[in-house]
Amino acid sequence: MSLLEVRNLSIAAGASTLVEQVDLDLAEGEVLGLVGESGSGKTITCRALMRLLPAGELRISAGSIHLNGRDLARASEAEMRKVRGVEIGMIFQNPNSHLDPVMRIGDQIAESVRYHEGASAGEARSRAIELLRQVGIPDPARRMAAYPHEFSGGMRQRAMIAVALACRPKILIADEPTTALDVTVQAQVLRLLLDLRDRLGLAIVLVTHNLGVVAQTCDSLAVMYAGRVMERGPKRELLRMPAHPYTAALLGCQPGSANPAEPLPAIPGQPPAAGAFPAGCRFHPRCPRAAAICESERPALRALRDRRVAACHFAVAP
Amino acid sequence: MHRYSFVLYRPLQLIPVLFGISVLSFVLVKSIPGDPVRMLLGTKATPEAVARIRALYGLDEPLFMQYFYFLKNLGIGEMGQSILYKTPVLPLIADRVAPTLFLVIGSVLLTLLIAVPLASVAATWRGRAVDHAIRAFTTAGLGFPAFWLGIMLIILFSVKLGLFPVAGYGETVIDKLHHMILPCLTVALALSAVVTRNLRASMIAELASDHATAARAKGLSESWIFRRHILPNSLIPAINLLAINVGWLIGGSVVVETVFSLPGMGQLLVRAIFTRDYMVVQGVTLVFACATVLLNFIADVLTVAADPRVKL
Amino acid sequence: MSDFALSRGNWLERGIGALRLGRANLNLRLGAGIVLAWALVALLAPWIAPFDPIAHNLPDKLQGPSLAYPFGTDNFGRDILSRVIYGARIDLQMGVIGVLFPFLIGTTIGSIAGYAGGWVDSVLMRLVDVVLAFPFLVLMLAIIAILGPGLYSFYIAMALVGWVSYARLVRAQVLVLKTSDFVTAARSLGFGRLRILFRHILPNCIAGSIVFSMSDVVLVVLSGSAISYLGLGVQPPTAEWGVMIAEGQNFITTAWWITTFPGLAIVFMALGFSLLADGLAERLGLRQR
Repeated sequence: MSLLEVRNLSIAAGASTLVEQVDLDLAEGEVLGLVGESGSGKTITCRALMRLLPAGELRISAGSIHLNGRDLARASEAEMRKVRGVEIGMIFQNPNSHLDPVMRIGDQIAESVRYHEGASAGEARSRAIELLRQVGIPDPARRMAAYPHEFSGGMRQRAMIAVALACRPKILIADEPTTALDVTVQAQVLRLLLDLRDRLGLAIVLVTHNLGVVAQTCDSLAVMYAGRVMERGPKRELLRMPAHPYTAALLGCQPGSANPAEPLPAIPGQPPAAGAFPAGCRFHPRCPRAAAICESERPALRALRDRRVAACHFAVAP
Repeated sequence: MHRYSFVLYRPLQLIPVLFGISVLSFVLVKSIPGDPVRMLLGTKATPEAVARIRALYGLDEPLFMQYFYFLKNLGIGEMGQSILYKTPVLPLIADRVAPTLFLVIGSVLLTLLIAVPLASVAATWRGRAVDHAIRAFTTAGLGFPAFWLGIMLIILFSVKLGLFPVAGYGETVIDKLHHMILPCLTVALALSAVVTRNLRASMIAELASDHATAARAKGLSESWIFRRHILPNSLIPAINLLAINVGWLIGGSVVVETVFSLPGMGQLLVRAIFTRDYMVVQGVTLVFACATVLLNFIADVLTVAADPRVKL
Repeated sequence: MSDFALSRGNWLERGIGALRLGRANLNLRLGAGIVLAWALVALLAPWIAPFDPIAHNLPDKLQGPSLAYPFGTDNFGRDILSRVIYGARIDLQMGVIGVLFPFLIGTTIGSIAGYAGGWVDSVLMRLVDVVLAFPFLVLMLAIIAILGPGLYSFYIAMALVGWVSYARLVRAQVLVLKTSDFVTAARSLGFGRLRILFRHILPNCIAGSIVFSMSDVVLVVLSGSAISYLGLGVQPPTAEWGVMIAEGQNFITTAWWITTFPGLAIVFMALGFSLLADGLAERLGLRQR
């Protein structure tokens, strides 16, 4: 039984559709990786789950987002405020700019607790200290009074996780949480996320373009390209035997997959600009396996076998 | 080093500017045409009296020695004699500080009281009719002469509606407050045009900032986010803007004191110019310059207090 | 600020482009229109003013706005409309001359400071700091106190005080341009220092100063009329807006029109230059402060 069930989600900017027919499922305690190049629509998909699309620019044009029997795509703004931070927490790529620079870290964590639960200053404070300890910040009581600029990048990301978890949400959406961090710190933050999953039963949607991160952390994957899901399935199988040529091409670009003496292979061509997607399969101009049918007919997501789906005319059950 | 340690050493860095201020004031008085002793004593003075005064003020010595005496006298609070009032300049100025200080502080508070709500409304309803109206006010407001605005307020509130006195400073505290509302409003209206304009721009930038998005992702309401996150962040540049405009603020208060016949330093300055009371002109100019330096320093302290990132 | 690697030709093209009003933005068009209108009023004052601005006409004194006197008359029976029209001559002149000298002096000093660097720069910039430490209007008044009241004293005081903003602005630009690629290129071609300064650097940083000077006109007109209002600038009976407001202040209980209309004239002239400055800044891709 999935906690979050996204069906047929489409996001449009004016007349052009940027994200189309996205289906996602997230079970309790699961880490779902949302993978794709920049511009593939993974970030705005996340924003849409929180209904945080920039008003007047982007809107959900179709589909549903079911959470505990409610459809968030149709929820009112007031209802959404009780979802954001309370049932779904969110962390962002750049902790430098996503924390308020002139508010103390402790206050930024306690703020949600006071706002949503009406907690007293003392209660909120002790919760905030506890959260800072949980995300692995040493001497949390003293660090409460610090400002974001007094933290290192990794500490800031930990603080942002604490802010997102302040009201004990069941789901955490992490939008490229490690991209802005040093490699060593990246690993620590990922380990922290997994640790929190284990201890709090947190379900995590992890957005990333880094398959290395995926391999370390995720349980299942959804690969996005040009606003559509190309392939979904359990991580291990999907990485070992990709059914979609795009997934295979992505894996081929990873350092370590090819002969170290040779230059890294790259996918030829450029991903299409948002809203200017090619007809047929959106990947066909860059696809090594493209045939005539790929230019005219869009492949639907097909179930290949248990829990594995792919949108390719030539995909076969591995 | 502690963030506020600059409070201790910054005054040392201000010494060159204060030195420059004293030199410029000295030069100003030195460039007065005519013989200052004759001006002080009148044309009927005896040559002996003239020589005595010359020696007393060191006027027969080289220029740099004269400057040195000038500095020494400043050090002990001696700024010379007023020709008109026949009293030392410093106590004369001291008597006039209160109304000016009242006017400057009151204007800044009123400016914030006007600019913050206007900018908030304009930024929240950006591009709507109310935003256009507020922007029109800020563009036109830049060109409102304070003295004229003051007279217009007098005509409206004092003459037509009879709400406030036409001029003067009043006796009791309540009375003074009553007298000071229109003068403060005059300066504040002129100043709030600039401040509103600036504040609106920073609020719009803050509303679109990443940390505002993050606050929305916490499920906070827009009004909460505005109060707790947008406002504190956008008020920081406003402090800086007010500091830049301190000189303008003091200049405006000089004129407004004349409009409302307030017995402040500005009125003293203007009268002194008319009566060629040069020692008073020099004294008031010096005090105003030092006040500007001091107010800028206070603005620095406020900036450090408001923005934890700033280190001076 | 603008991209710094503009060549001189580029700047000129953009400057000329900004003057082509057909494609200009709304601020620029409105501002230029208002300023042009005031210039015409000033130029044609003797022909469009219905009455003599100075001659007394006591039988008609203190009359409210009417068909004969659209803006009313003052305590000497002078037509306020005619005085406002003639006032445009003085106030516009005040704005232009009051900006011109600070502009020339400040640009020169700023470019010298920025280009020479070293102790020349330090000395000049300390001077700027000291002048800026004084409240603008107070220093103006102190200088006028020495020179004696009058329009020429105002111009001299303006030149002595107003140059600092231009010096700062130009110096900052020169400092950036000095290290830019095209100046390095000119230097490597063996061009002389002065030639580089006047032919390559100054033309490129003058745009910012011109835009600033437009908004500075607002400040100068406001200061000039304020000083005249205090009785230390233009002297009565000359029709100048600040003087008119001062004269009308004795009659605020009975004749509001004497003060109201000259003030509105100041507001509209200032508005014209503000819009012009905004529009020019937008057009040239410069953003002020």
